[in-house]
Amino acid sequence: MINSRINPGWFLLVPALVLLTGVLYVPLFASFWRSISTPSWTFDHYLNLLTDGVTLKVLARTAISASVVTVVAFALGYPYAYLMTRVGPVARGVLLTIVLIPFWTSALARNFGWLVLIYRGGPVQQLFASLGLGDFPLYGTATGVTLAMSQVMLPFMVMPLFSALGGIDRHLLLAAQGLGSHPFKAFCKIYWPLSRPGAVAGMILVFTLSLGFYVTPALLGSPQQSMVAQLLAQRTTELLDFAGAGALGTSVLVITLLLVVWANRLGGSAVNIAGAR
Amino acid sequence: MTISISGDVSSRSIATKRRLGRDTDAVPAWLWGIGVFVALYLVLPTLFVIPMSFSEAMNFVFPPRGFTWRLYENFFTMPLWVGSLLNSFVVAAISTGLATLVGTAAAIGLSQLHGHAASFIRTILMIPIVTPAIVIATSVYIAFLQWRLVGSLTGYVLAHAAIATPFVIVAVTSALGTFDRGLLRAASSLGASPFRSFVTVTMPLISRGVQTGAILAFVTSFDEVVIAVFIRSPSFQTLPVQMYNSVTVEIDPTVAASSSLIVITVSCIFLAVTIFGLKKKGI
Amino acid sequence: MSMRGSTGLIANLAEGVRRGTQIRLENVTKDYGLAKPAVDRVSLTIEAGEFMTLLGPSGSGKTTTLNLIAGFQIPSEGSIFIDCNEVSMLPAHKRNLGMLFQNYALFPHMTVAGNIGYPLRERRMPKAEVARRVGEALELVQLLGRDDAYPAQLSGGQQQRVALARAIVFEPRALLLDEPLSALDRRLRADLQLEIRRIHREVGATFIFVTHDQEEAMSLSDRIALFHDGRIEQVGSPETLYARPETLFAARFLGESNVFPLGDDRVGSSLSWEGEHWATGAGAVSDRAMNSRATALIVRPEVTSVSHSRQEVPAGVNAVAGTVIDVEFMGSYRSLVLKLGRSGIDGRARIKASDHTFQPGDPVIAWWQPDSQRIVAV
Repeated sequence: MINSRINPGWFLLVPALVLLTGVLYVPLFASFWRSISTPSWTFDHYLNLLTDGVTLKVLARTAISASVVTVVAFALGYPYAYLMTRVGPVARGVLLTIVLIPFWTSALARNFGWLVLIYRGGPVQQLFASLGLGDFPLYGTATGVTLAMSQVMLPFMVMPLFSALGGIDRHLLLAAQGLGSHPFKAFCKIYWPLSRPGAVAGMILVFTLSLGFYVTPALLGSPQQSMVAQLLAQRTTELLDFAGAGALGTSVLVITLLLVVWANRLGGSAVNIAGAR
Repeated sequence: MTISISGDVSSRSIATKRRLGRDTDAVPAWLWGIGVFVALYLVLPTLFVIPMSFSEAMNFVFPPRGFTWRLYENFFTMPLWVGSLLNSFVVAAISTGLATLVGTAAAIGLSQLHGHAASFIRTILMIPIVTPAIVIATSVYIAFLQWRLVGSLTGYVLAHAAIATPFVIVAVTSALGTFDRGLLRAASSLGASPFRSFVTVTMPLISRGVQTGAILAFVTSFDEVVIAVFIRSPSFQTLPVQMYNSVTVEIDPTVAASSSLIVITVSCIFLAVTIFGLKKKGI
Repeated sequence: MSMRGSTGLIANLAEGVRRGTQIRLENVTKDYGLAKPAVDRVSLTIEAGEFMTLLGPSGSGKTTTLNLIAGFQIPSEGSIFIDCNEVSMLPAHKRNLGMLFQNYALFPHMTVAGNIGYPLRERRMPKAEVARRVGEALELVQLLGRDDAYPAQLSGGQQQRVALARAIVFEPRALLLDEPLSALDRRLRADLQLEIRRIHREVGATFIFVTHDQEEAMSLSDRIALFHDGRIEQVGSPETLYARPETLFAARFLGESNVFPLGDDRVGSSLSWEGEHWATGAGAVSDRAMNSRATALIVRPEVTSVSHSRQEVPAGVNAVAGTVIDVEFMGSYRSLVLKLGRSGIDGRARIKASDHTFQPGDPVIAWWQPDSQRIVAV
């Protein structure tokens, strides 16, 4: 192929760039612009976020929820991913399918399943009653949302973890044991450090996704115990505070992007992992 | 694995003596236990929708009372549900076509470019994947209000194509990664113009990646709920929107039938593909 | 491997020779904007029907030159002529040159027959004709019956033969070979070298072969163009390059040499080196050395002998004192690793395989006939 002046590759990028810019980036930028220029040059909308007494509380609640989700997903996902690397090809296929099906199944269907579970008078409530825990409602609470999100986010933890753990040579562990290390010690000293970058990347991915998640809080939560996503929706459609919504949205976006960049730096491309589903 | 114990006796060698009787590489029982527990945790909650879909009651209380196919009937006959379902298919089909075209071209273009400008563009094209859907939904909703695209097929198609394109790019880029550029030189030396080389060599070899990208795009659009909820109108909405409304706006247990259908259909397709794949490998 | 039964293909290829597929490079330069150009003012004429090898270390510009001839790159300066037509700006797919690649570059999604027929289909040949020629080509490379196989099912040697068939089936004006044997193991390499050489003899088309392996170059080529740092160091037949290298680089790249750097103490009918007086042999100064300030004297190990003392050294030879470092048994001879002279030049000499009289540490005198030495430019 002749080296022409302009690499034809550039032309192939134009349609994608036009589509994404027109449909996504222009509106996003317009939101941002609105947040700093309504009614005129101002940072008031951002300051309001800090002072209105609601936003910070909601952010804190969301952050705590996301943290819990991350911990639970990690506690369950790491052993599961590790198991996947240890078993034979058939079992691995089964375990992989079990993880992937939720990936592909509508999030709505999965959240609806949780709704059925934790609804007033539902199985979980009945279980609590029979255990003598009394009336401990989960539906409409942040706790219920967190519980459901842990399950919804679990595949997002398992996939990058499996990818990272799969790359670790098991012979290293066997070598350590052969040199006299107790299996648990070998794990702590050799396996865990090697898996750390992938594990941390997975954790940041789940945390980031949980922060901005809308479906679960919207279906299982309530306005009294809302997450950031619900707040943003309320600002836009109920309060019609487009400038304020722009400020909140931009802030969430910036936080998310910073977290993703950090995750990238720590262990592989979180973007590719998320996109590889 | 044989371990030779030489010289002094220490606590370590006692530990190794104990291990001699067992295969050091077997998967421990407790790990299997966790695995099964997690597998159940992943699958069970979703399964609750299936019995719910046969409930005669007009609420979401479990265990369901009675047994009826009425909800499934609703799903396939009520205009609100059928209409949403059809809309979902149409939107998904068109946005998949658009995203696949645009995304494949972009992936091929990116593969031929190097340097900082190219990585920068690649990052820009990947941003929708990591942007929270709610942020996109609210901004796009406001913009669509101004552009009068709310509740329109065009609006839905554009929005879904835009968020699906990065997935197509990832899938095709992955296929291109294993693609040997030398083949294009060979084709050139054999007399094929750049266009012919693309058609006869590149396209066949990346077709698997393009297919994967198209499937990803379709699923992304069909399942997409957040943006869909925001840009809906009474006259145009997709299935996820209708399902969402039947939980939050007007309680409609038909959503149980809808969820069951989706779960069962996806699972069946998945299992079929997996078993087919295993059969191909001769298992 | 027989060539019978392919009269059509061979006859047409040989016709190409009669028409004269000469390839000429005139001051060709390829610059990537780095400190040195990849190809620096290279001029070369490859005669019709010749087997020319572009030889050199990695990064010497030989592959870039081949790519320029093929049309995968455009020269920054200079011109390329095929049969007296300037083709520098002609796209690769219009140059009608066959090419063999190091990694075969067979299309994995096509069968053997599909691969070989590809250039014919691109030229819109009718199906029946394509099938006939593919059959001829398969016979030529002795892979009949494997036309339904996919490249992944074939061995490395078989894949390269398919690639060869594909590269000549459309009767190209010349065949370019880019280190096609580097990926093969020794035995297979030797076998395919023979096949390539035979095909060239039978068919007679112009072959341009790129390699870094000097033995391969010497055994296959009519002429060798030696590349160094983007320039052509020397062009000539293998014999010329081996027996009469112009420069130190050439002397070192082809075969082994004992190298004695000469300062300004040379010229005239005698020269001296570290006090040793040596005679200049018959016509042993390279042309380049005549015009060069820095020169060196080289002697090949196979014509270098050793003796235990000056008394045993014959008259009329050039000699130098040294020490044995190691003795290597090579089967048909022994190779002595030496340190020569006060400055401890690394050198080698050969003795009979049955000669056990030299041990590491022995002081020796290395000597050679003045006629077998050569003075080259550095």
